Amino acid sequence: MLDPAPAAKPLTAKDFKSDQEVRWCPGCGDYAVLAAVQSFLPSLGLQREKIVFVSGIGCSSRFPYYLSTYGMHSIHGRAPAIATGLAASRPDLSVWVVTGDGDALSIGGNHLIHALRRNVNLKILLFNNRIYGLTKGQYSPTSEPGKVTKSTPYGSLDAPFNPVSLALGAEATFVARTIDSDRKHLTSVLTAAAQHRGSALVEIYQNCNIFNDNAFEHLKAPDERDRHLLRLEPDAPLAYADRKVVWDGERRGLAVTSDTDPRPAVVHEIAAEDPTYAFALARLQDPATLSPTPIGVFRSVRRPVYDDLMEQQLAAAGHGTREPDLGALLAGADTWTVEA
Amino acid sequence: MGLTRSEAFVTGQAGVLAVAVTEDEVATDGASTKPVEKLRRVVIRIAGDSGDGMQLTGDRFTQETAIHGNDLSTLPDFPAEIRAPAGTLPGVSAFQLHFADHDILTPGDAPDVLVAMNPAALKTNLGAVPRGGTVIVNTDEFTGRALKKVGYEQNPLEDGSLDGYRVHPIALTSQTVKALDGHPLSRKEAERAKNMYALGLLSWLYHRPVEQTLRFLEQKFAKRPDIVAANRAAFQAGWNFGETTEEFAVSYEVAPATSAFPAGTYRNISGNPALAYGLIAASRRSGLGLFLGSYPITPASDILHELAKHKAFGVRTFQAEDEIAAIGAALGASYGGALGVTTTSGPGVALKSEAIGLAVSLELPLIICDIQRGGPSTGLPTKTEQADLLQAMFGRNGESPVPIVAPRSPADCFDAAMEAARIALTYRTPVFLLSDGYLANGSEPWRIPEVEELPALRVRFAQTDDYPAGQPYLPYQRDPETLARTWAVPGTQGLEHRIGGLEKADVTGEISYDPANHDHMVRIRAAKVAGIAKSIPPLEADDPGGSARLLVLGWGSTYGPVQAACRLVRGRGGAVAHAHLRHLNPFPPGLGELLKRYDRVLIPEMNLGQLSLLIRARYLVDAVGYNQVRGLPFTSTELADAIEEQVHA
Repeated sequence: MLDPAPAAKPLTAKDFKSDQEVRWCPGCGDYAVLAAVQSFLPSLGLQREKIVFVSGIGCSSRFPYYLSTYGMHSIHGRAPAIATGLAASRPDLSVWVVTGDGDALSIGGNHLIHALRRNVNLKILLFNNRIYGLTKGQYSPTSEPGKVTKSTPYGSLDAPFNPVSLALGAEATFVARTIDSDRKHLTSVLTAAAQHRGSALVEIYQNCNIFNDNAFEHLKAPDERDRHLLRLEPDAPLAYADRKVVWDGERRGLAVTSDTDPRPAVVHEIAAEDPTYAFALARLQDPATLSPTPIGVFRSVRRPVYDDLMEQQLAAAGHGTREPDLGALLAGADTWTVEA
Repeated sequence: MGLTRSEAFVTGQAGVLAVAVTEDEVATDGASTKPVEKLRRVVIRIAGDSGDGMQLTGDRFTQETAIHGNDLSTLPDFPAEIRAPAGTLPGVSAFQLHFADHDILTPGDAPDVLVAMNPAALKTNLGAVPRGGTVIVNTDEFTGRALKKVGYEQNPLEDGSLDGYRVHPIALTSQTVKALDGHPLSRKEAERAKNMYALGLLSWLYHRPVEQTLRFLEQKFAKRPDIVAANRAAFQAGWNFGETTEEFAVSYEVAPATSAFPAGTYRNISGNPALAYGLIAASRRSGLGLFLGSYPITPASDILHELAKHKAFGVRTFQAEDEIAAIGAALGASYGGALGVTTTSGPGVALKSEAIGLAVSLELPLIICDIQRGGPSTGLPTKTEQADLLQAMFGRNGESPVPIVAPRSPADCFDAAMEAARIALTYRTPVFLLSDGYLANGSEPWRIPEVEELPALRVRFAQTDDYPAGQPYLPYQRDPETLARTWAVPGTQGLEHRIGGLEKADVTGEISYDPANHDHMVRIRAAKVAGIAKSIPPLEADDPGGSARLLVLGWGSTYGPVQAACRLVRGRGGAVAHAHLRHLNPFPPGLGELLKRYDRVLIPEMNLGQLSLLIRARYLVDAVGYNQVRGLPFTSTELADAIEEQVHA
């Protein structure tokens, strides 16, 4: 079990900075996320040695080098698998995965969905910039259709993933979305994810100012964002600007309508056992315009956690309470003896 | 103590098992009126449809034989299809057992006795039986349609094609059904017990102790008392049939191989469970929890099945979504301070290559068990081969050295697993364990080791106190003797650090693209693996006469056939030495000198010359290969011929 063994003295953001020079491009959204995470980590109340960040390959995956916790920069797409082995064998650790849209959804798609389905106690931060940055600008599994990039001079033919609906389809117990530049919102979502026992997927819209600049600008600009952002608050009605969200027909789906519509706004419910509502909420977003974009916690439900279940099976078999008899195991049932 | 002959089934009353387990042997021999012939060794092959329970029958007969105290060696041979169409040639499943009153090394080249449960089994296996051999056939299955299905124009039992064999035509199916008359079973269910009828007959024919088999049936079908009763009755009827029929005039006795075994307690074991036990023992002896990440694949899955049972030993088994996640999770567990293991076969290794490279770079312990099978691609999933040696050696990007160990017999898988763990933990490195399908499923007697006599595997993690305040933890600082880096596991205060697959600066482990550093790191990783040789005993050749000019060099599961072939050659007056490699990377010290002491070196392998390639390149020795990739172990006679050719070259 995760034993919060509180820090002897309260730690600060500075305590979580490593001595490594940060090497992202100037202006990259990753800087904002890093600063937010470093400020947030002390609030976990854990000693640094109890925290591990595991990443794959890509710009975002350099993240662990810049934190003074334990960390592993692994191979492309495999961080959820590696972190699963670590979390399942060391339930005393707080294990975080940092990944990107290429790492998590393309080469590592299989590991992501299975980690979510098993409900391993991992916090997965998915930096989505809708482009391949480290390989210099090819389209990614979240790029919009028709995207013109180096590898798609005539436009991309792919239909994109919606990471939130993918995670919900993979039986995730906690799914949230936030934005790199909104420190306050990002921190609140990280806190909710950390408090969730089980796997938590946090999609972070992150700007790549080199290869896909301003991909989320309309969700960030103060004069524009409120027309597109649907902020999710538990038990609050779904509404933004002069719009609200209602049930379409007989709960067949959600629809955006004018705030003058006589139908009542849907009240946000994060703990509904049936993921249908959360899925409908995820599908509100127009993949081309990203409007409206719900941000916040889509879903947070309790389900038995893989690491705990594994621990329980071991305990039920007597591990930790009875000394197992290796000699008896090796001998088995059918033996014979040759006398000297 | 097994049942002795007459106390068991002489009443012959179906359904009522007259088992009177007694050690009183006086009352027994009088009941058997048939003469008993003594044999030194027997090779028996039981073949039938893959749904006929041939592997179970073989296992039970083997277990009886082990309890009796014979030396033995087995070779299961079954199709990849779970239930190929009934009665077809591809659906034949066979089990060969060699047992003797002296020590033996192989499952036997040719069966002395073939039990063929149907025409397909006869057709696919008769060629292996020398003229004069015994053939027991289930005549019930030799009907027009079944014969036609496998291409028999005429009934081979009647057209003279079995002339020269000692044929025992027995209506096994109908006799089983008749014996089960009165049992509340459908005809189909009753027919299914024919393998137990056959086992009962064989148990009579070779004086096997049967008590364990009866107990086994009780346990296996504990939830179906009617099935237990039927199987016992079928078994009993088969035994009684042997005792009363005119068909068998004599029975055979193969005395226990007392002198072949050093004193000790023994069991029969096949390679996969031996390997699993070796891993558990390594976990206990090192004090590290065992974590297995695995994806089901033939012929490795039984290791996952076995380890999944042993949670009381703190064994964590993780059936991953794919081969890559399996090794990834194992490596993640190793990073956390566990003994991380992944089990697979050749196609799985291909998928794991990238993660093995990461383990090389991270310098963390990891055991990759490759239970080799025929390749390339899906190849021959249930057949054996040794063709992954070069994949294990070189199948990664960059200079990526990985130590390789190989067991040489089923029971040796235990020791090989412990040795792989020793190397992985001592040198902080991934290690390949190259077993194969023959070792995985074949079995032999194993002297059960005392726990205290197992090697102690000590591991020391870096501790907070190793680094007084102000001194940074340096993850790539090395032990000057082993070149192993320090290993600090998460949770250790003050030693927080970051590692990854990017090239690391020597000592500090920080990212480095410096040319000289990369050259240094590549060389030091190579030197670390090469240096493992210092911990390996020199290879010695077995050359009883001391005059051999030819050395046969083998590795892995060819040990038994090569050693048996050398005995054959020596028996005919030839001089030959045999050396067998446990370590394929690095090679044991002194191997070059050993090779150069002989005029000729012959390397038999179940591949097209992979060890030969390494030996020739490394030692500039003009080694000659003897190579087969038939999915089956070498026979000792064919190897003996190949060796003699070299002896007289």
